[in-house]
Amino acid sequence: MINRLLPLAIFLALVGLLGFGIYWNTHHEMTEVPSPLIGKPAPSFTLPLLYEPEKTLSAKDLLGKPYLLNVFGSWCPTCQYEHPILTGQIKPLGIKLIGLDWKDEPDDAKRWIAQFGNPYDAVITDRDGRSGIDFGVYMAPETFLIDAEGVVRYKRIGMFTPENIRDELLPKIAELTGQPQKKTAK
Amino acid sequence: MSPSTESILPFPRLRGNIGRTADVCSGSCPKGEPQGCGEYKVPQADGGDSRGSPLPPFGHLPPLRRGRNSLLGVGTFAVGILFALAALALSSSAFAIDPLPFKDRAEEVRFQNLTKQLRCLVCQNQDLADSDADLAKDLRKQVYEMMQSGKSDDEIKDYLVARYNDFVLYDPPLKPGTWILWFSPFAFVLIGVFVVVRILRSRARQAGGVRPADTESGDDW
Repeated sequence: MINRLLPLAIFLALVGLLGFGIYWNTHHEMTEVPSPLIGKPAPSFTLPLLYEPEKTLSAKDLLGKPYLLNVFGSWCPTCQYEHPILTGQIKPLGIKLIGLDWKDEPDDAKRWIAQFGNPYDAVITDRDGRSGIDFGVYMAPETFLIDAEGVVRYKRIGMFTPENIRDELLPKIAELTGQPQKKTAK
Repeated sequence: MSPSTESILPFPRLRGNIGRTADVCSGSCPKGEPQGCGEYKVPQADGGDSRGSPLPPFGHLPPLRRGRNSLLGVGTFAVGILFALAALALSSSAFAIDPLPFKDRAEEVRFQNLTKQLRCLVCQNQDLADSDADLAKDLRKQVYEMMQSGKSDDEIKDYLVARYNDFVLYDPPLKPGTWILWFSPFAFVLIGVFVVVRILRSRARQAGGVRPADTESGDDW
């Protein structure tokens, strides 16, 4: 009897495995490569400001307060979808938001920002994409949460949505800024 | 350094990435978006680079006929497949070659070998040597420059792994996290051997004499 049921059991086990695979794939983005930078100091960079190209902003200048580094480009359609979310939901959080204009022409970026608005506290330009490589960027938009000590705490690959802001970003920010925000975040 | 973004575009806004050689399958295709993130370039109307579309469109092949001429149909189909494969093979070698000033043949071979072991982050089923994604070009340049500055292959790999994770390596390193990956095939072979041995033994026992009167256990798998 057991011998007879064994094939059925194996079949059911395979069906279960298949079901699990389908479930897993629909709940995970398979092209997402987890960043090895999380928990490590952010790579150093010194990049010109978009609006004052003669001045630069470096990772050291930003130490002391947590900030978000949003990698975007005027050529990137998804960045356009993300843009109203940056303006409407990220900016009100009060955390410093730095834009990294990645592999882009500064003039294009200026036009893009002029058209859609500027949610950034500062925009730096990475024309040849070197700093992007240092940050392991491969797919704009990407956003890094970097704490006051310059350690990368969180990385978002792809655009922010109200759901992932609520489920991922807010708890991470709350960890950085201490208890009071933790209550409001929940 | 000049970025490779073309600036002569008819509509600079909202154009998406389709048809722009620099961006097809490059950074502008995150998940879930309708813009094609294919590995093959869409031929473009505005006279851009037409190296793309390495696959001949299958629509040009005669339809596969069934019945009387099915043999002919199969033959045509096979020829079509061969043609497509040949085009694919040609394209992958002719595709992503940047004119890098190698010192000699040996250096070029080393570069090719190294970039074949590295995965393109954008077109994730392509290696760095093959990919025409913009980021892959940058990474190839980076690899080349590190080679020029005397870095070893391992140092270059470590550099990329530190930024993009083990995922960039086609050959995953052997470490506790990858034990299942490396050893499970052997485990399955062992399980298979075990099952076969058991079946053979039980058959030998049956043939050897005491044949059970009840043939209910006659599963022949």
